[in-house]
Amino acid sequence: MSVITASSGAMNVPALAAGRALIETRLVWWYFAASLTYMIVAMLAGFLFSLQFLQHYPLAGIELFSPGRWRLVHTNGVAYGFIANAFLGMLHWAVPRLTLRPVRGRGLSYFIFFAWQAVVLATVVGLLTGQAQAVEWGETPTWVDPVALAGLILVAVNFLHPILQVQGPMYVTLWYYVAAFVWTVLVYAMGSFLPEYFVGGAASGAIIGLFIHDLVGLFVTPLGWGMMYYFVPILLKKPVWSHGLSLVGFWGLAFFYPLTGIHHFLYSPIPMFLQYGAVISTIAVELVVTTVIINFFMTLRGRGDALRTNLPIRWFYTGMVFYFTTCLQCAFQATLTFQKIIHFTDWVVGHSHLVMFGVFGFWLLGMMTHLIPRLVGAGGWYRPSWNAWHYWLSTIGMLVMFFDLVIAGLIQGFQWRDLAPWEDSLVASAPFWLTRAVSGTMIIIGQFFFAANVVMTMLRRPVGSGEDSADAAAAAI
Amino acid sequence: MFETKSGVFAIAGLGFFVLAFLVMGLLPWLIYVDQPELTVEQIAEQGLLHEFVELHERFPAEFERYFGGPPTKENFAAALRRGHEVYVGEACWHCHSQQVRPVSRESERWGPVSHANEYQNELQRPVLFGTRRVGPDLSREGARRTNDWHLAHFYNPMSVVPTTVMPAYTWFFDERGYPNRDGMSIITYVQWLGSWLPEYPYYYGEGPPQLTPPTRGAQDGVAQGPGRGDDGREG
Repeated sequence: MSVITASSGAMNVPALAAGRALIETRLVWWYFAASLTYMIVAMLAGFLFSLQFLQHYPLAGIELFSPGRWRLVHTNGVAYGFIANAFLGMLHWAVPRLTLRPVRGRGLSYFIFFAWQAVVLATVVGLLTGQAQAVEWGETPTWVDPVALAGLILVAVNFLHPILQVQGPMYVTLWYYVAAFVWTVLVYAMGSFLPEYFVGGAASGAIIGLFIHDLVGLFVTPLGWGMMYYFVPILLKKPVWSHGLSLVGFWGLAFFYPLTGIHHFLYSPIPMFLQYGAVISTIAVELVVTTVIINFFMTLRGRGDALRTNLPIRWFYTGMVFYFTTCLQCAFQATLTFQKIIHFTDWVVGHSHLVMFGVFGFWLLGMMTHLIPRLVGAGGWYRPSWNAWHYWLSTIGMLVMFFDLVIAGLIQGFQWRDLAPWEDSLVASAPFWLTRAVSGTMIIIGQFFFAANVVMTMLRRPVGSGEDSADAAAAAI
Repeated sequence: MFETKSGVFAIAGLGFFVLAFLVMGLLPWLIYVDQPELTVEQIAEQGLLHEFVELHERFPAEFERYFGGPPTKENFAAALRRGHEVYVGEACWHCHSQQVRPVSRESERWGPVSHANEYQNELQRPVLFGTRRVGPDLSREGARRTNDWHLAHFYNPMSVVPTTVMPAYTWFFDERGYPNRDGMSIITYVQWLGSWLPEYPYYYGEGPPQLTPPTRGAQDGVAQGPGRGDDGREG
């Protein structure tokens, strides 16, 4: 549908007469470069932390390399460095195309880029110097929070400006984006300030639960699905199968997802009727997710060959299979029955890795696989086979890590329930922690293939190409 | 409404978020809003912790240098506050929970199930329920082990528990191996956890036989928590 809009929107083109390029291609590329840099840093931080579990931490006794602090760099680097940067680049690519208007301001866009890198760097420095805030995934030091929130508001202003000028109904992608801009600002403000300054005790647990889950559900998820609704029809050259199911998917997510947060603290002193509500809405989310998955796989029907021939499509649909897996898992693990055993175990760690890397990481990497040669003005990838290595190492590493941690979680949970000595659960976990480190290494090697390919594609692009031909290539899509 | 800017912005974006916040965030907030929330000073007002005084007895010169004199309510509050900062900054709460659940026989392993009132103080803002238990729950850790055990354990955990995966926190110590201000503070904080309970420091209700007659009958069978027999508890 977006393809049709882009080619039939001639009457809107005077909006471009202001003399500005529609797309700031260079900025998209900068965001992706920053995103990949943080991705590799965050993954190496995770690997470093995993060595602590093998009793072989190489930098033991150095305060700045305190394993707990690097765990925070791992999770926050993934959220705010890797995923946020990649989404911002993607938004600069997609939103002007969907609205046929440039974003609010060119200078503003560049300002946001540098401001956001400053926010992420300040977060890393703050975490490494021991200034974390006790909100999971919102450990961003308290002095960074207001700056980050101001940045998110500027992002919303910058992208809502063209969107709000669109006349008539919007394409699916823009529903998700408009809602995501509102939600991200509200979620960040709620999680960063309420538990720290306004409410304590068990009630702050309820708000932290909302924050943790809203960050996934109302920031990452809508931007991710909006991206799928944009790129999948373009790459498959056919419209999304059912507009009705698109509506069900968006409005179902919008209603049920914000209600689920307390499922992070079942059996806690948070009132029980709210815990029941969180469990029910979590299961409802799974039903909504099923409609979205059906919609996308029916869209793929008849074009299944694309899974073989089109690597970005393969990334996207692998991510969707993982998405369905992780949501189905969630519908079970969020019940009181499962929580008795799996809460506080590695099961949850496996779940979160599948969500953040297996789903959204895969989608973003697929999107970059599609866009980066166009951004840097190269005809194609330096070595397509390296991208295949990237995909397979990531996929196999992810699958191994997921099943490894889920099984480890079950073993830990049952040992605890059976009142085995605590140390027994450490001994039993050791082989699983080793497997986790190995599978993580596979994933990281895969990312090195991709990073090397990006660099070589940059260096070996045809002489005389650059921003101009990149714009030409972009315009040709 | 379903595909328009105003519908998506106002109903899905603002409306549904606010609705969820009212139900899932504001409601528990209002339920607990009348519970008093203790400041650290009010906690210190209730009396000095035995282990805090003992740190002074063991390292008098260092203690007085770090805390400006012998133990008082003021520097006890300062130690608790700093210990909490260290606990958060080192991400201790990502591997240790502070929440005993009413399931999975947790009360047999750790002690009484957590109650909402336990979290109504400044050191639970934001609340430290925890997210993962690589190491044990710490909400009933106070007085379970001696200061000496904690000193050795923070300096080199594997010297005390060979199978542990806890990092060594050598920067909690000075060059002679004595605890510095952060080291004394984190030990004070950990030794304080659970000290508000009526069961403290006998989380399973046994108590010293000459002082407290057993009142919980059949519960005495779990007096010594499984897997916890060799932990240096004072009795």
